[in-house]
Amino acid sequence: MRFTTKSMLMALAGSTMMAGAATAELTGDLRIFLDTSNPAPRATMEKMIGDFGAMHPNLNIETTVIDREAYKTQIRNFLTADSPDVATWYAANRMSPYVKAGLFEDVSDLWQEPEIAENLASTKGAMTIDGKQWGVPYTYYQWGIYYRKDIYEELGLNEPANFEEMKSNCQAIIDSGRKCYTIGTKFLWTAGGWFDYLNMRTHGFDFHMALANGEVKWTDDRVKQTFANWRELIDMGAFVDNHQNYSWQESLPFIVNGEAAAILKGNFAVAPLREAGLDDSKLDFYQFPAITEGVALAEDAPTDTFHIPANASNKEAAREFLRFVVSPDVQTEINNGDNLGQLPVNAKASVDDDKFLNEGFEMLSSNSPGGVAQFFDRDYPAEMAAEAMQGLQEFMVFPDNLDDILNRLDKVAARVYAQ
Amino acid sequence: MTTAQSTPAPAASERSWYKRNEIAITPWLFLAPAILFFAFYVIWPIYQSISISFYAWDGLGEARYVGMANYVELMDDGAFEVSLWNNLKWLLFYLLAIPGGLFIALFLNQTVTGIRIYKSLFFFPFVLSQVVVGLVFSWFYLPNEGLLNGILALVGLGPVNVLGDPTWATYGIIAAGLWPQTAYCMILYLTGLNAVDPEQIEAGRLDNAKGWKMLWYIIIPQLKPATFIAFVVTIIGALRSFDLISIMTNGGPFGQTRVLSFYMFEKALSEYGFRMGYGAAIAVVLFLIMLVFIAYFLWSMWKEEQVR
Repeated sequence: MRFTTKSMLMALAGSTMMAGAATAELTGDLRIFLDTSNPAPRATMEKMIGDFGAMHPNLNIETTVIDREAYKTQIRNFLTADSPDVATWYAANRMSPYVKAGLFEDVSDLWQEPEIAENLASTKGAMTIDGKQWGVPYTYYQWGIYYRKDIYEELGLNEPANFEEMKSNCQAIIDSGRKCYTIGTKFLWTAGGWFDYLNMRTHGFDFHMALANGEVKWTDDRVKQTFANWRELIDMGAFVDNHQNYSWQESLPFIVNGEAAAILKGNFAVAPLREAGLDDSKLDFYQFPAITEGVALAEDAPTDTFHIPANASNKEAAREFLRFVVSPDVQTEINNGDNLGQLPVNAKASVDDDKFLNEGFEMLSSNSPGGVAQFFDRDYPAEMAAEAMQGLQEFMVFPDNLDDILNRLDKVAARVYAQ
Repeated sequence: MTTAQSTPAPAASERSWYKRNEIAITPWLFLAPAILFFAFYVIWPIYQSISISFYAWDGLGEARYVGMANYVELMDDGAFEVSLWNNLKWLLFYLLAIPGGLFIALFLNQTVTGIRIYKSLFFFPFVLSQVVVGLVFSWFYLPNEGLLNGILALVGLGPVNVLGDPTWATYGIIAAGLWPQTAYCMILYLTGLNAVDPEQIEAGRLDNAKGWKMLWYIIIPQLKPATFIAFVVTIIGALRSFDLISIMTNGGPFGQTRVLSFYMFEKALSEYGFRMGYGAAIAVVLFLIMLVFIAYFLWSMWKEEQVR
C-alpha cells in the first residue's frame, strides 16, 4: 500500500515534470506483451501494471503474458503483424534484428530527459544501436561463481583471486572426490557463459567485443589462448561428466548434493538453490578470478528491457509506461527480493538487502573497470552465437576437435559479418 | 406418350444447363472443396517454399534474391550432411518396426483368456504422445541413474551415455521411436490377420507346409495390403521425426542428432534462426526426398488399380 501511493505520487510528479507538453490524461488502449512467465516475475509485473493503471484510470490496459521460451520465436510475428504498444526483450545485439528491420521505435527522446539520462547512464550503451536508443532496461543481474562455502571450509580453501589459485582449489576439490563445477550444456548457452568469462579474463573486454563484432578471427592465436586456459580445466576433470545431457536446472542437483563445489551462473540460480536447501551458510559467491595479470576485470550482467514496437498504436501511453518502469521507486520495488530479486537499473533506486544482490551490486559498480557485457548470445549476432555455442559444447566434450571447430566458426563468421 | 416422343427437342432445351451436364460436373463439385483446400494448403505452400529458397531473408526485412546460393551453401555445409545421413539412418532403421510389428501380431493372434488386455497393453505406447515417449526414454538412457545402465551393470557392462555420445545418440532416439511405431504396425497386422483365408491355411497344411514355410508362402502374401500401409506410415513417420529429437537431445550433442526437418526449424524458426531462405532450401531437399517415396506409393497404388 505504501508503495502504491508513494509511487503514484512520484510518477505523477515525474510525468508532469518530464512529459511537460504531454496531456495529463492518458486515454485509449495500452497493450503490453510480457515474457515474464515464471510465477514470481509474472506477479511482479502484473502488480506494477496494476499500479500504472490506477494512475491512469481512463487508460484501458491489456496485458498478455507469453511463455518465456515461446516468446523468443513469437516476437517476430507479433512485431510485424499485430503489434502491442509495449513489449519486453533483451539488450545489446539481441535487439539488432528488430532494430534493423525498423520494428522497434526509436526512444532516444526519452533518454534526453534528465530523469533517465542521469540515472540510467550505466545501461545506455547496452540500449544503443547506431547512436540511438531503442528501449529502456528494467532489471539486470550479475554473473559469477556460486560455490558451496561448507565444502570450501571443509577443504580449507579460500575464494581464489587468480587463475593459479582457481586451479589449485580445483585440484583439491577433485582430490576430495568431487567435481569443481557443475554445468548443463544441453541447451548450449551455459557454455557461452564460461567462454565469456575465460575470454574476458584472458584478453579483456575490448578483445571480447572485437570478436563479437567480427574484427578478430576465431582462429586467432589469442582466441586459442583462451581455449588453452579452458582446456586446462577440462583436462583436470573440473566439470561434471555428461554435461551435454543436462539442462542448467538438471545440473543443479550436483551442487546441491555436494558432488560439485561450484557453478558459474547468473543470480537467477540463487532462488532454486536456496529452495533446494542451500542457505547462506552453505552457499556463497565470488567474482570470476583474474587470469591474465593487468587485464581489467569485466563482467556479464544481462539486462532485460522494455520496447515500443514501431507499429504500436498508443505510443504516448507507451512512453509514459516506460518512464514509470524506470522510475526509482518502481525500480526499487520490482527488483526486491520478494519480486524479481535482481538489480535495479536506476541509480537512485536502492538494492534490496540480500547477500547476493549486495555482493553483485558491489562487484558491478566498483570492481568491473573493464566494462559490462550482456551475455554471449546477446552480444554476438544470433547466428554466430548459435554456431559458436554448439562449437563450445563440442569443445567441452572433445577438446581435440578445437581446430576443426574454430575453422568452422571462421567460415560462419565470414558470412554473418559480410551481411 | 406420343406427344412426348414427338417433341424431344424443346424438352431438352427446357432442362437446365446443370441438368444437361450433370454427369460431367457433379464429380468436380464433390471434389471442389478438397481441391481448393489441397491447392491452398499444400500446393501453394510448396510453391512458396521453393520460391523463398532462392532468397536471403531474415523473415523481418527485405528479401534479397540470391539465386542458387542457398543450395550451393548446402553442398558445403557439414551440419546439413550430418542431418542428411541421420535422415537416412531413420529411414533404414525405422523400418524395423514392420517385422517387429508382424511378429508381435503373430504372437498375439491367438485365443487365450484376456488376450484383449494383452493386445491393448502392446498397443498402448502408440497412444502416448511422442513427447512422453521421448521423456521416458531419455530417463531410461540417463548416464548415471538410468535404468539402461542399471541393467548393463547387472551383466557387467560399463556405463554408456547413449544420448550424450554423438555416435550412439541417433540410434538411441530411433529405438525410442520404434517403440510406438512397432505398436502401430502390430495393429495393422492384427487386422490383416483377421482377413487371412482359413481355407488357404488348411490347404497349405494338407501340402505339409508349417512354420516358416507357412508364414512366408501362405500368410505373408495375404498380408500384402497391411504391409503396404505399414511401409507407408513408417516411411512417413521416419521423415517426420522431429518431436523425439527435440525432446531427447534438442539436436545435440553439438548437432549430431539433427535431421533435415529439425535443421530447417533451427535455421529458420528457432530462437537464433533468422535464415528463412536457407531453411526453405533445406525444406525443398526434404521435399524432394519425400517425393521419391510419394511417387513410389502412387505408382504402386496405380498398379493395384490396373490389376483390378
